[in-house]
Amino acid sequence: MSSADLTSERDLPREREATPRGDIAPERDGPRDTGMDDASLRRWLARTWRTPPGIIGALSSVDHKVIARRYLITAFLFLCLGGLNAVAMRIQLSGPQRGLIGPDLYNQLFTMHGVTMMFLFAVPIVQATGIYLVPLMVGTRNIAFPRLNAFSYWIYVSGGLFAWISFALSMAPDVGWFAYVPLSGPEFGPGKRADVWAQMITYTEVSSLAVAVATIVTVFKQRSPGMSLDKIPLYVWALLVTSFVVVFAMPAVMVTSTFLILDRLVGTHIFNPAEGGDALLFQHLFWFFGHPEVYIIFLPATGMVSAIIPAFARRPMFGHLGLVLSLIAVGFLSFGLWVHHMFATGLPKLGASFFTASSMMIAIPNGVQIFCWLATLWDGRPVIRTPLLFVFGFFFIFVIGGLTGVMLASVPLDLQVHDTYFVVAHFHYVLIGGSVFPLLGAAYFWFPKITGRMMSERLGRWHFWLAMIGFNAAFFPMHIVGLWGMPRRVYTYPAELGWGNINLFITGGAVLFFLSFVLFAFNLVHGALKGAPAGDNPWDAGTLEWATSSPPQSYNFARIPVVTNVEPLWAERAALPVATGLRVDVRELLVSTVAEAHPDIREKSATPSIWPLLAAIAVGGTFLYSIFTPWAIVWGAAPIAITLIGWFWPKGDPEDEE
Amino acid sequence: MSQRSAVDLSGLPTFGHGPRSPTWWGTLGFMALEGTGFALAAGAYLYLATLWPNWRLSAPAPNHWPGTIVTLLLVVSLVPNHMLNRYAKQCAMGPVRIGMVVMSLLGIAPLIVRWFEFPALNIYWDTNAYGSMVWVLLGLHTTHLITDVGDTIVLTVLMFTHHGYSGRRYGDVGDNVFYWDFVVLTWIPIYLLIYWLPRLG
Repeated sequence: MSSADLTSERDLPREREATPRGDIAPERDGPRDTGMDDASLRRWLARTWRTPPGIIGALSSVDHKVIARRYLITAFLFLCLGGLNAVAMRIQLSGPQRGLIGPDLYNQLFTMHGVTMMFLFAVPIVQATGIYLVPLMVGTRNIAFPRLNAFSYWIYVSGGLFAWISFALSMAPDVGWFAYVPLSGPEFGPGKRADVWAQMITYTEVSSLAVAVATIVTVFKQRSPGMSLDKIPLYVWALLVTSFVVVFAMPAVMVTSTFLILDRLVGTHIFNPAEGGDALLFQHLFWFFGHPEVYIIFLPATGMVSAIIPAFARRPMFGHLGLVLSLIAVGFLSFGLWVHHMFATGLPKLGASFFTASSMMIAIPNGVQIFCWLATLWDGRPVIRTPLLFVFGFFFIFVIGGLTGVMLASVPLDLQVHDTYFVVAHFHYVLIGGSVFPLLGAAYFWFPKITGRMMSERLGRWHFWLAMIGFNAAFFPMHIVGLWGMPRRVYTYPAELGWGNINLFITGGAVLFFLSFVLFAFNLVHGALKGAPAGDNPWDAGTLEWATSSPPQSYNFARIPVVTNVEPLWAERAALPVATGLRVDVRELLVSTVAEAHPDIREKSATPSIWPLLAAIAVGGTFLYSIFTPWAIVWGAAPIAITLIGWFWPKGDPEDEE
Repeated sequence: MSQRSAVDLSGLPTFGHGPRSPTWWGTLGFMALEGTGFALAAGAYLYLATLWPNWRLSAPAPNHWPGTIVTLLLVVSLVPNHMLNRYAKQCAMGPVRIGMVVMSLLGIAPLIVRWFEFPALNIYWDTNAYGSMVWVLLGLHTTHLITDVGDTIVLTVLMFTHHGYSGRRYGDVGDNVFYWDFVVLTWIPIYLLIYWLPRLG
């Protein structure tokens, strides 16, 4: 095949027409990659899989890597905003009775901090990492349902803008990130602030649900030939289990926020005890989502740890099967814990005991994971680089958070420290230790793949130690001040209580921790512009994302890799086995069977389209309008229907027709 | 890194029905999450029903007839729905077109009767929590009914154009059949909750 053939790309002679079965137009065959020389192959694929140029082209992109990069950058910006919220709160609390921030703004600040960190940073960034890495790790050319994936990003951005523009207009939610009724209900939550909370939840959950479905189908149906269930990388397993948790947990918070907005907007009484409703129902529904949410954030982080450790321990993971089973067990058990957030509500004793037991039980599979990681490091020859340092930080911090978690699982202790800074300390140890530290390690680990350049190792070590010291200085003393009785969510405290000095110390730690992120941001920018070229596989790691160039081309792999081992690149050092026979003039990828990953179908992947953006605008506009009137749903239905039809109606591309 | 050719994919088909196709799994995923939504709404209803000893909170019983008619229509529609599935698998254009028209009509018919279901509840959504919950359950299912009927009609039109002659479109018809089953099956427990549970109390 010579490059001259590129001119006739979509109208090749029908030399290999498939025999039609039933009333089907015959397949118009095109050039295949079989026997094609490397340069022509890459030219064809680059032309077929590129994101179109220009602004409309960029907005139409369906490339999972482009979408994931946007997600990562947006989520990082929200992290900075949520971090600034925290710094503002810490300055206000640095001494007794400071007058920098009043109670009204303070309420908005801690609510926006929680909402931003949970819904606009933590969940999107772990999902975005998956959007980038899962298709590469399973060896396919794009995520399943690429347009749905693009749609999810636009919905996420509009939800984030909605929340933060509301904050700029002083109408941000001020009812805490879990917005309990009756505080957020029609009687005690006047204005639009609680409605902003409810609808911003709807945006972000629609977005995560869409990503979860796309991720599950990518892992089930688009794996490389040979990647049977036992050869799926642990990171991909983690994302798969997480996506299932999302599918069964996120609807609960959408039901909660919808019920809340119905109570507020059209006068239903679902949470109103005076008319046969119940306020505790809100807490049950919210925490049925809220506890799995913790694992939605944590499980992908364990996947990152399971990817980083073998690369630096220089051996395959010890206890691969045990780790997979632990992930699945944690996924299931995460649904049996929600009531431990409600121990202070006067539940029946038997119920409380059950949830104490299940809260302690989940420590078992998590413990199995930690011992497998330690065993891998023990038996390997660890090379200490920045990603591994952050994994060590994760062990240290997360274990402390886990221990206070086991403490809080016992009802008497929980009642004593309920709503104090002890709880604040606990969940920051779990969330920052369990998710942010692995995420930072992952940033150093996969940055070379995404940008083609290395981040500075020296700055990385500075970053790690600054983050480690800053984090512990900020959050460890919170355990103590919590035991002393300092409640969370207070905008100030009197000097006589004697909490001034320790709070000043905490604020100092918080500033250090914030500075560590400034250093990190500098390292990111510096690395992207001036970092040393990375090459395909700078860490000599074993999974498929390292088999392609850094950054990967739009088509990910020139030829689909064939997998023979759980660390395929280590098993096939001489030459990577690949599959041939796919068309190169249309976006063709391989669909395989669920368990064994036998090649099954040559499926066409969707082409770029502006319609997901238009659909997101229609859906987002409807959500926004709906905080003012229920008729928004009626008026919004028409533009939503039109944009969805535009999205799915075939445009005559071979990708649509065959 | 260097490569060696190990597997030939050139003989594979370009589409597959049912669990072979990614779209089927995507549809299943959406059913799972929407089904969870249904289950939680039903759970909330049962939670409140068991919380208050005099559930229905002195409201009059709903008139079940419009709901019963909808139920019968939905159950009957499963027969042509599955015939349509068989024709879609055979990629037979004529019967598929007829089946799609029939399924569009069998989608619109329960929607018309559904209009009479809301007044037959004999209570408004803002009267008390019982009224709120039955309206929510009925509204939730109606949303699914409307979106699936809309989807069916668009696909019907599509099957009458030249775009219909492709394996992918027949796969879409199969997935539409699959989703309609979901809409029918989720209705049964909701029907029992709305019309028959209050009669027990």
